Amino acid sequence: MAIHTRRSEDGRTLIISIDGRFDFSSHQSFRDAYEHDDQDVSDYVIDMSETTYLDSSALGMLLLLRDYAGGDAGRVRIENCNSDVRRILSISNFEQLFSIK
Amino acid sequence: MDEVQTDAQALRILIADDSESDRLILSTMVRRQGHDVMTAADGIEAVEGFRRFQPQIVLLDVMMPRMDGMDAARHIKALAGESLVPVIFLTSLSDADALARCLEAGGDDFLSKPYNRIIIEAKINAFNRMRVMHRTLSQQRDVIRAHNQRLVNEQNIAKRVFDNVAHTGCLDAPNIRYHASPMSVFNGDILYACPRPSGGMNILIGDFTGHGLPAAIGAMPVAEIFYGMTSKGFLSGDILREINQKLWRIMPKDMFCCAAFIELDFHLGNLSIWNGGLPCGFLLRRGETVERLTSAHLPLGVVAAERFSVDVARYKVEEGDTVLFATDGVPEAMNAEGEMFGETRLEAAVAGTPDDQSVLDAVLRAVARFTGAEEYSDDLTLLTVDVVPPADVEELPLRVTQSALSGPATWSCEYEVTGETLAQFNPLPLLLHICMEVPGLRRRGGEVYTVLAELYTNALEHGVLGLPSVWKNSPEGFGQYYAERERRLRTVGNHAVLFRLEHKTGRKGGELRVVCRDSGVGFNYTEQTQRTVPEAGYAGRGLALLRQLCDSLTHHGTGNEVEAVYRWTFDPDESEQHTG
Repeated sequence: MAIHTRRSEDGRTLIISIDGRFDFSSHQSFRDAYEHDDQDVSDYVIDMSETTYLDSSALGMLLLLRDYAGGDAGRVRIENCNSDVRRILSISNFEQLFSIK
Repeated sequence: MDEVQTDAQALRILIADDSESDRLILSTMVRRQGHDVMTAADGIEAVEGFRRFQPQIVLLDVMMPRMDGMDAARHIKALAGESLVPVIFLTSLSDADALARCLEAGGDDFLSKPYNRIIIEAKINAFNRMRVMHRTLSQQRDVIRAHNQRLVNEQNIAKRVFDNVAHTGCLDAPNIRYHASPMSVFNGDILYACPRPSGGMNILIGDFTGHGLPAAIGAMPVAEIFYGMTSKGFLSGDILREINQKLWRIMPKDMFCCAAFIELDFHLGNLSIWNGGLPCGFLLRRGETVERLTSAHLPLGVVAAERFSVDVARYKVEEGDTVLFATDGVPEAMNAEGEMFGETRLEAAVAGTPDDQSVLDAVLRAVARFTGAEEYSDDLTLLTVDVVPPADVEELPLRVTQSALSGPATWSCEYEVTGETLAQFNPLPLLLHICMEVPGLRRRGGEVYTVLAELYTNALEHGVLGLPSVWKNSPEGFGQYYAERERRLRTVGNHAVLFRLEHKTGRKGGELRVVCRDSGVGFNYTEQTQRTVPEAGYAGRGLALLRQLCDSLTHHGTGNEVEAVYRWTFDPDESEQHTG
């Protein structure tokens, strides 16, 4: 498991990529990924193209990020999910909270 | 025990050698290095000296009279027990076999004669470092062991407290089967079942994010709310709203509870399912076709009340149907290749249940076959509920707190629900609560609730909202009926439903008279009254049920007012208590 972050060209979007299993062991590094940013960031993208699996604590971490990003007003997109990841997100109906592509 | 010693501090050192001159040379050298020395002239004296002096390091000559160094080393190591007391042999031996035997006897190293001051000092310091490290590790291990023991004790106590609050309710009912680990509360899984006053049952199965105490703490209020509100006659929507709000308020943002709520009414054959985040459940109809009960909502505790949806999926069920739900431990059970059991295999196992097996056993066996494990994993919870004739589950004890025996005997009250409140509020728990103050009615809570509920449903759905009950005769109409009910409730306007309750107690029992009047146009009740046996299908069962339970049921006015008289008699043991 590894977490990488990068910025979009205008610097307003923070892109967080998660490689491998996204579970409780990623707790601290995932928080570090979004908490160490500056005020310019208005949008968050979670890139799941390299994510193989997520468990329920990962869902909890996504909720923490959503809260950090401003709750209902926050802009968090989850992108490039494989079918397993997609299934777990949709069982919990996270489409209602995040924009998932 | 011995105090903390570092390189610089004095150590207690025992020197055993039968040669007086060697003993003197060595003890002088060691004393000069700042250590306390005790000497012995043979093995027996060495062991005795070890007992009294408790040295931290022992220097032993190999060959001594009475008891040689090797035997003495064995005794000393045995006496030292868990603490490390380095034993260094003093020897002029050069035979490899003899040296090896010294180490087998428990020795840690050799010092060869003649003695070299610098080597002696270096070895004593090296062995002291090892000794201190060994002691530190042992102490840390003991601390960890004690912590772990305390944690296990605390969990056991917490579990006992927890079991009192979150008892398993009516999970022992004949129509329920389940598999759950006894410590599942610390895995974050919950499973509660509670009879409803109207005779059906509510079941909640769920899975908290996280493990251990935080999950167990979250599960406590869920159990309290679930049992408390179910016993008082609240419906799934109210109970779910309350649980969601509580969790949302008390839990950290990243903790929530994936859950499914099963509401079953055996009299009317109604099943309502609310699934928020739990893997797809299944409805097996008479052992043949399978319907999926998929998650349609966010888990409990994720969003605030305004965004929380309690819309349920409704199904008509009949005897022989089975509902199955599992926590994610079932679809995520893994085989040796790292492949998951998955929903498709789960569905196939449910559908392919052999005639001589229960659905639960069929699924558990399929999981075990797939994973190749001898035992079922501890972190999965699996539940099946069979739809059975109401009589099979009638005897389940209600857990409503029983207060004093004497209660109100003669009383009456009027309660009217008007306008928008009709859409937002369910008056039945309140009315039931008033009736349950009468001790003689408490044991008949199920019947009283059914009478009130049927009167209210008829008044609201047919009287006020004008919904035709014939719709409910087909599966499509059934869905349409409830959709239309929701729609019409939103524009209910100035309508009202009035209850008038009157109770009196006599010598042999009592009589509850319930008048229910709605503001609708009424209906031609003479036609309905003729029909004593309900026709096939759902419609008309409500009135038939009322006639069965009540001593009389009469319609007044345009059919918008119904009067039900419900009589009860003292049970032998009740009348004893009553007169005594």
